[in-house]
Amino acid sequence: MWILRVNMNDRIYRLSEVPEAYKNLGGRGTTSTIVYDEVPPLCHPLGPNNKLVFAPGIVTGTAASTSARVSAGAKSWLTGGIKESNAGSSWASYLANMRIKALIVEGQPKEKGKYWMAHITWDDGAGKPKVSFLPADPYTGKDLYEVFPKVYEQFGARAAIAGCGVAGEYGYGNSGIAYNDLGKRPSRYSGRGGLGTVMASKGLKFIVLESKGAPGVAIANKEVFDRGAKKLTEALREHAITKPKGGLNTYGTAVLINIMNEAGGLPTRNFSSGRFEGAAKIAGEAIFEGVKNRLGKEVYNHACSPGCIIQCSNTWYKPDGTEHTSCVEYESDWALGANCGIDSLDDVAEMVRLCNAYGLDTIEAGTTLAVAMEAGVIPFGDGKKAIGLVQEMGKGTPLGRILGGGTEFTGRAFGVTRVPTVKRQSMPAYEPRAVKGIGITYATSTMGADHTAGYTIGPEILGVGGKVDPLSPEGKAALSRGFQATTAFIDSTGHCLFIAFAILDIPSGFEGMMEECNGVLGTNWASEDAAKIGGEILRKERAFNEAAGIGKAEDRVPEFMKFEPLPPHNQVYDVPDKVLDSVYGEL
Amino acid sequence: MRISVKLFATLGRHVPGAGSGTPFETEVPDGATVADLVNQLKLPREEVKVTFVNGRTRPLDWLLHPEDEVGIFPPIGGG
Ligand code: SF4
Repeated sequence: MWILRVNMNDRIYRLSEVPEAYKNLGGRGTTSTIVYDEVPPLCHPLGPNNKLVFAPGIVTGTAASTSARVSAGAKSWLTGGIKESNAGSSWASYLANMRIKALIVEGQPKEKGKYWMAHITWDDGAGKPKVSFLPADPYTGKDLYEVFPKVYEQFGARAAIAGCGVAGEYGYGNSGIAYNDLGKRPSRYSGRGGLGTVMASKGLKFIVLESKGAPGVAIANKEVFDRGAKKLTEALREHAITKPKGGLNTYGTAVLINIMNEAGGLPTRNFSSGRFEGAAKIAGEAIFEGVKNRLGKEVYNHACSPGCIIQCSNTWYKPDGTEHTSCVEYESDWALGANCGIDSLDDVAEMVRLCNAYGLDTIEAGTTLAVAMEAGVIPFGDGKKAIGLVQEMGKGTPLGRILGGGTEFTGRAFGVTRVPTVKRQSMPAYEPRAVKGIGITYATSTMGADHTAGYTIGPEILGVGGKVDPLSPEGKAALSRGFQATTAFIDSTGHCLFIAFAILDIPSGFEGMMEECNGVLGTNWASEDAAKIGGEILRKERAFNEAAGIGKAEDRVPEFMKFEPLPPHNQVYDVPDKVLDSVYGEL
Repeated sequence: MRISVKLFATLGRHVPGAGSGTPFETEVPDGATVADLVNQLKLPREEVKVTFVNGRTRPLDWLLHPEDEVGIFPPIGGG
């Protein structure tokens, strides 16, 4: 396997063998290790010394189900700490098929405002990947929905694309890296942490992959791999949440709107209530019914990337039956819906489409709009004006640039105290005062507020992987720590985190995941090794953050949550600081 | 006693007229538990995963009181 370095100082590339110490890494393990080893923690995230690292997971590119994920990592422009943000796309499999363990983008061109594309293909004769650089000028400053088809036209329908939108070009703290979905839409995102701007700061607009002729992933022990893949697939097919026509395939991730609302933990109108009266109108059930009404038939969801059997990605349609956008995820639906007091799926879908078009993270965008609403820029609940603000971000107007800076930046610009961020990244769709464990994850994660870093919602709300009272802080530090460590491992395998719903309840599925990795790497890992290996990744991420000046004092939820009781349960965030400190203190 | 019930996701299909998440009122005997309500509504037990009473997760043997609001969910997940 290769480490491929692309140097943007003078657009040269270098291939090297994977060092021994990196052999068993993948995905987040790879990106976080390389960022830890090579990026000076105090560098400016947009300067020449930051590096943007892409890595497919350990089993990405193989026949393992639901495993076409890529991790993107760097020093974050939003948080100033380490970042890993992963996405599902054929782009991930292509990277793996060309045996690229890590693609490291380094340096920075002298000339400002000039953008390039890196085209990575398989060189059959030489038996290794090769890179060519082409100018990206015709594609800058434009809507990604307009640009993606042109890039496909230039490189052929079999290409896979990763790139930044205008949000990255403008330098926003809110900017993601967009990848193609299976329908060639620019709709799969390494959304969080401002990585789109890190990419743009390197003068890199697109990385286009084509893996034709590539050898595919080497498998050390096929028998072990096949056995593991079979066990995991069986678990995914059996579990009610992940099976075909199960919860995710039918209603998508937005099926969570109603249950979070019922639990009083759906952040509403900038985290001022845990219940939204319009929840049912934007819920996954409403999306399913709405599509059925507009198309005259039931539509089940599709896969974002090759080989996914869960298939949770939905499509929303306009009243005339034409496609509006894909995909309306729970987080986007909540951020741009309930959290802004907006109950129109059409308005939410339009904002999702615009975020994809501009290269914005939908979570950060929605939480930013809500802070702007709190500041009185526009009223809560006004969908049309909210769409207008997203358009301002796309145009790069002065107001758009303030909003594009992110939730915390906008809060500072308008003097707002109720700003739901940790380490400058906004909280996702679960209210810490109503779900104490997820607050511990938000507070302590190396990523800033991030639900995927340690999804205690499983046992706290969904009854998956156990059952605990969401309002009690009891035992939650250990719960969050365990989830954070296991997640760091799953993020390294290349599997979508949603396999966790099945494998936390079905032990043979968990074993299957470990055997798949053993099959590819020739290792001998058992189930209990997952949290150990994940823990090592967390330690590196934590060490990077500490060296970057992000220590314990930043492992806290915002102050207002400690004294403003949240309806309907009227709870404050009462997890003591020493409990928060024990999460990493006892790792 | 009268209580209010909401059935979510696929569970709405088991009770005619109960759309997903639309509250409806029903009569249960005094001393009824959440499990009694599930049986009375003829919901398949294996499809009942999380039960709420007044916004708190409660077990199936939880005693109901007049005007309680009950929410019943099948297994669901997302993120
Ligand atoms: S479960 Fe959903 S998000 Fe995950 S890989 Fe499959 S379609 Fe993509």
